[in-house]
Amino acid sequence: MTPTQQLLADDPIWIIIIKVVGLFALGVVLTLFMINWERKVVGRMQQRPGPNRVGPGGWLQSLADGLKLAFKEDIMPTLADKRVYFIAPAISCIPAFIAFSVIPFGGEVSIFGERTVLQLVDLPVGVLVVLACSSIGVYGIVLGGWASGSPYSLLGALRSAAQVISYEIALGLSIVAVILYSGSMSTADIVASQSGGWYVWLLIPSFVVFVISMVGETNRAPFDLPEAESELVGGFHTEYTSLKFALFFLAEYVNMVTVSAMATTLFLGGGQIPWLGHLWSGFDNGWFQFLAFIVKTLAFLFVFIWLRGTLPRMRYDQFMRLGWKCLVPLSLLWILLIFAVRAWRQSPAGDVPTLLVAGGIVLAVVLVVAFLVPDRKSSDPEPIELGSDYPVPPLDLSVPTPPRARTRPVAPAAGREPASVAAGEHGKENE
Amino acid sequence: MITTLAQAAADSGGPMTLGESIAFWILGIVALGGALGMVFARNAVHSALFLVMTMLSLGILYIVQQAPFLGFVQIIVYTGAVMMLFLFVLMLVGRDSSDSVVEVLRGQRIAGLLLGLGLALLLVAAVARSLTSVTPAGLGANLQGSNNNLPGLGRLIFTDYLLPFELTSALLITAALGAMVLAHAQTKSHEKRGQRATVLARLRGEHARVSPLPGPGVFATANSVAVPALLPDGSVAPESLSDIIESTPVEEIEQAPADPHALTGGTPSQDGDR
Repeated sequence: MTPTQQLLADDPIWIIIIKVVGLFALGVVLTLFMINWERKVVGRMQQRPGPNRVGPGGWLQSLADGLKLAFKEDIMPTLADKRVYFIAPAISCIPAFIAFSVIPFGGEVSIFGERTVLQLVDLPVGVLVVLACSSIGVYGIVLGGWASGSPYSLLGALRSAAQVISYEIALGLSIVAVILYSGSMSTADIVASQSGGWYVWLLIPSFVVFVISMVGETNRAPFDLPEAESELVGGFHTEYTSLKFALFFLAEYVNMVTVSAMATTLFLGGGQIPWLGHLWSGFDNGWFQFLAFIVKTLAFLFVFIWLRGTLPRMRYDQFMRLGWKCLVPLSLLWILLIFAVRAWRQSPAGDVPTLLVAGGIVLAVVLVVAFLVPDRKSSDPEPIELGSDYPVPPLDLSVPTPPRARTRPVAPAAGREPASVAAGEHGKENE
Repeated sequence: MITTLAQAAADSGGPMTLGESIAFWILGIVALGGALGMVFARNAVHSALFLVMTMLSLGILYIVQQAPFLGFVQIIVYTGAVMMLFLFVLMLVGRDSSDSVVEVLRGQRIAGLLLGLGLALLLVAAVARSLTSVTPAGLGANLQGSNNNLPGLGRLIFTDYLLPFELTSALLITAALGAMVLAHAQTKSHEKRGQRATVLARLRGEHARVSPLPGPGVFATANSVAVPALLPDGSVAPESLSDIIESTPVEEIEQAPADPHALTGGTPSQDGDR
């Protein structure tokens, strides 16, 4: 048993209840905060203030919206499959919160005199819990879309199913390298193994693949195809109103927080503060680690908002091509490379200079081959035969560049000249 | 709660603890109910959902039995991926399609019943033997406690059982490739045409007309499909009429006399304030 598991094993029941309630509160509060923050940041990016009426600085807007949402009329569509329509929001919401339980928010602290860790459970397969929860959570979206009995919802559900399955593969492959280096799937162990250096430096390709596929996994812009407003009205939640819609919303934002927290755990050393620990030993406190963890998570959440404010939504086939033809092969190659390097390092003859020299030689050979292989000649376009008498511009049409004198703006003194020119042209046309 | 139960469960193959038996009885009932529901549900999607419920309970049972890796892989792979693909297909089939009562193959039901019974007998015989004559080794064997059975599993898979493991993966890859080849061979004839090829085909006269159908027109008052496009002289552009909409019988709505009070629910005042 690791120290974390020992500390967690003797938790009394009241401390577990405190942690559960705290996790739930954290999820809800972060959701309320995120909605507001997102609207404010996107507003700032679009040169407008964003919500600024309700509460101090507009920060209570999402709370007001949430309360209003809860009191709206609950509509059940006539074509809906009643039971499935009813449980779908719950199915999407519950796993989102369960995934929260394995996140190592901070190190050892004392709560009312009881030594414990800021983490609900530390399973030996903690990383898989998050993957499992996200694969269950998508059932909520798919079933909600199907049960609504509307074509738009169904299309959104189908897209979501295909999207989450595809991107979960890339997500899982990007985690492999981290598990390999930390030698454990427990989240607390992964954080502990990064005390020498964060994996983001060591495993940059894994980090990039993880960050891209976590955006795809949470159905966020630019990958928000299941709810593409321009194509599917509202996607899977077109028919949902009131609290059920609020639950879908909550699940989406809690999922965002979860994957951001996972990215922090896997690649940014969890709650570890790299250099402040040397300045003052008090920074090793579990609560400071909690603070650092939240700050790092918020940085990822900001990237989510940033992406939404910056990138246009991708087309569906482009999105799938990115996942299957780019991210998955890239991850596989990277894992192969890591295996090779580790196998060499663990062999008796394995030393770093030989490895670097070998890597350099391989790189040089690849570069030389890449330069020697001639460029593919672009085939001449086929001659276009005109199949009809429909008027088309001539194929050898070249637009003449206007002489420099004409492009210069007309001097204000010759104010009447344009009119006369125009009149002259009209005259020519009339002839 | 599940994890607490899991932590409460004994590491060795001793008698069942209280938490373990509570978890077993709850999850066993849920799993069995899901299995029965899967068989008896009329709607195919409901059947799939019941199966998901059974698989989830089995996964949690594995976790309670100190096999967290197996449990979560069950949830991720079977519940998350395989059943999701099932649902994918079922949703495409349509929500109103249910089982037909017509027997397609003659004697299919009798044969299915007999084979099912035979399989059940085989399974029961195998499980019964393992319940009586096999002594449980427990997870404490080989110095691998409950939290270390993951590395142990990995070592076994990649050393002693490497060949079966690789054979299984080769089988799966062959199946996937075969499916792709078969599916691709069928769609080759109507491959998707690019923009350039479409334009060429249009110009060659393979389409009804070269240009797209007319839009609503400059003088149109709406851009609905039900509203025809107007030509510059105000007449209707015949090509803009949709065959489907034109052939659909429409019931004329009787125009009620305009009454502003009908919207607010009030009664029209008699003293004539208009």
